[in-house]
Amino acid sequence: MARFVLRRLLSFPLVLLAVYSGAVLLVLATPGEGLESGEKELPPEVLQQKRIAYNYDQSWLKRYFWTWPKRLVWDRDLPSHQYEDWTVVEIMRSALPVSLQLGVLALGLAVTLGIAVGVLSAAQRGRWLDQLAVGLCLIGVSLPTFVIGALLLIVFALWLRAVPVGGWGRPAQALLPALTLALPFAAYIARLTRSAMLDAFSEDYIRTARAKGLSEWQVLINHALRNALLPVLSYLGPAAAAIFTGSFVVEKIFTVPGMGTHVVESINNRDQTLILATVMVYSVLLATFNLLVDLLYGVVDPRIRVGARMA
Amino acid sequence: MSAPRHAVWSRFRRNRAALAAALLLALTAGLCFGTLGWSAAEMRHAELDAARRAPSAAHPLGTDELGRDLLARALYGGALSLGLGLLAAAIAVVIGTAYGALAGYVGGRCDEVMMRVVDVLYALPYMLLVMLLTVSLGAWLERWQLVGSEWSRFVVLALAIGGVSWLTMARVVRGQVLSLREQPFIEAARALGLPTRRILVRHILPNLAGPVIVFATLAVPQAILQESFLSFLGVGVQPPQATWGLLAADGVRLLNPVQFDWWLVVFPCAALALTLLALNFVGDGLRDAFDVRIVRT
Repeated sequence: MARFVLRRLLSFPLVLLAVYSGAVLLVLATPGEGLESGEKELPPEVLQQKRIAYNYDQSWLKRYFWTWPKRLVWDRDLPSHQYEDWTVVEIMRSALPVSLQLGVLALGLAVTLGIAVGVLSAAQRGRWLDQLAVGLCLIGVSLPTFVIGALLLIVFALWLRAVPVGGWGRPAQALLPALTLALPFAAYIARLTRSAMLDAFSEDYIRTARAKGLSEWQVLINHALRNALLPVLSYLGPAAAAIFTGSFVVEKIFTVPGMGTHVVESINNRDQTLILATVMVYSVLLATFNLLVDLLYGVVDPRIRVGARMA
Repeated sequence: MSAPRHAVWSRFRRNRAALAAALLLALTAGLCFGTLGWSAAEMRHAELDAARRAPSAAHPLGTDELGRDLLARALYGGALSLGLGLLAAAIAVVIGTAYGALAGYVGGRCDEVMMRVVDVLYALPYMLLVMLLTVSLGAWLERWQLVGSEWSRFVVLALAIGGVSWLTMARVVRGQVLSLREQPFIEAARALGLPTRRILVRHILPNLAGPVIVFATLAVPQAILQESFLSFLGVGVQPPQATWGLLAADGVRLLNPVQFDWWLVVFPCAALALTLLALNFVGDGLRDAFDVRIVRT
């Protein structure tokens, strides 16, 4: 176990270095510096000053190895050219927590809702409740988030006026965005849980558990679900990646002041430093999350000896 | 190992829902591609006097904010959405199969490294990377003038989406190849002295048909969904081109409490949702028919 953790921890910086290099490659390969994109033509002197301020006058080698790491990690003073008075760190500080709260909320909602529906559906297999759940889940994985979001917005915010239309800060304002973001993933997790539960039902240890007189509920939760959690667990990594970046769409519908607009704008404006910072922050986050998921694997499934695990 | 072809077909045919979905898909695709000659011209025809009109005899699905016929735009958008989905899925299938087959067949240390790479790629914020790729590649395509500037986004999106969604395919194929590799007929082929490339192409690949077909069917709706996200964020296909995702995103953007142009939301969303539903149905049906187990992680 300790060796496995150590190996994963050691591969961590390698992964980040690879991501950083890839992102730099993409950023530098994009033609244009985004400085000229304003309506009026800039005088050459101003342009030159700007290029110096954003380090565009340096060679890519210097930027890659020295300037960006230094200014992003140590100095934290990197200007971003979409908002001239803001540094990248300030933008992140104001917008990232919002996106992360939304993402964590949605992830939690997706997991609890998905597992609950999946267990219920498997317990009721073949009956109408199961069929309803299966149908709803299929619809759930087929609808784009913004369609679900628009529907929820029209019904709950515009017609029923039960929750605010948008904004961020109060719990009521987080309800619809989190639900919208969570639903497709909840549907997918429910499908995973259901089919894994059904597989588990045909195993010997379930028959043994029943034979020794455990209640159906105990069999369901302690024996079947425990094993059914494994596919769900291995889906959590990709799900987190999709949810945290999927929140950009939801933020736009519900006018949540998160990272979404900054990300899209930075890419459209070739705001190299903001792009790099966003990609790196999200990669660190997701890589950490995946490490935690891998460790959880060993906790949930006693059969897995983590040290001997193949990739 | 995949089941014989006729057994697969007869099992698929018994699945009513999947069959109905397949028919619906065929109909939709036929309609969208068949009317392309008319819709390609009509979807650009703006009549500003007739902007945001509700469905009527002249415009069965209403008009958009520039007075363009929504029916023409929806049909054209359907062709583009389906085309993009197919193209992206094809790219994902080619990369994923090659990668997975190689990792599975060579095995050992090489396999371990290749699969670790897949694990790592899984955990990346791929939406971000697709956006970056789209903008970066798009700018180059426009500079080189390889394709018309209106089409560059389409090509780039298919490349970018296909380029990041081959991971599942690689895993599935690798698993399949790992078990195929130990089968006697592969050993026989090796004993005959066939080169590795020939074994892979002639003996391994044909036996991968089942999972590959199933994955491809499920990859198409994924690609269409991702394109619609990007369109919604404004990094997808650019107007005046249209995809269902873009049309739906436009409709949602125009939503407000004062003027409720429901047709701009309902029709594109319904087309998108029904097609995705049908594709998922067909994919699930094929999976049951081929009896392959794909854990989509």
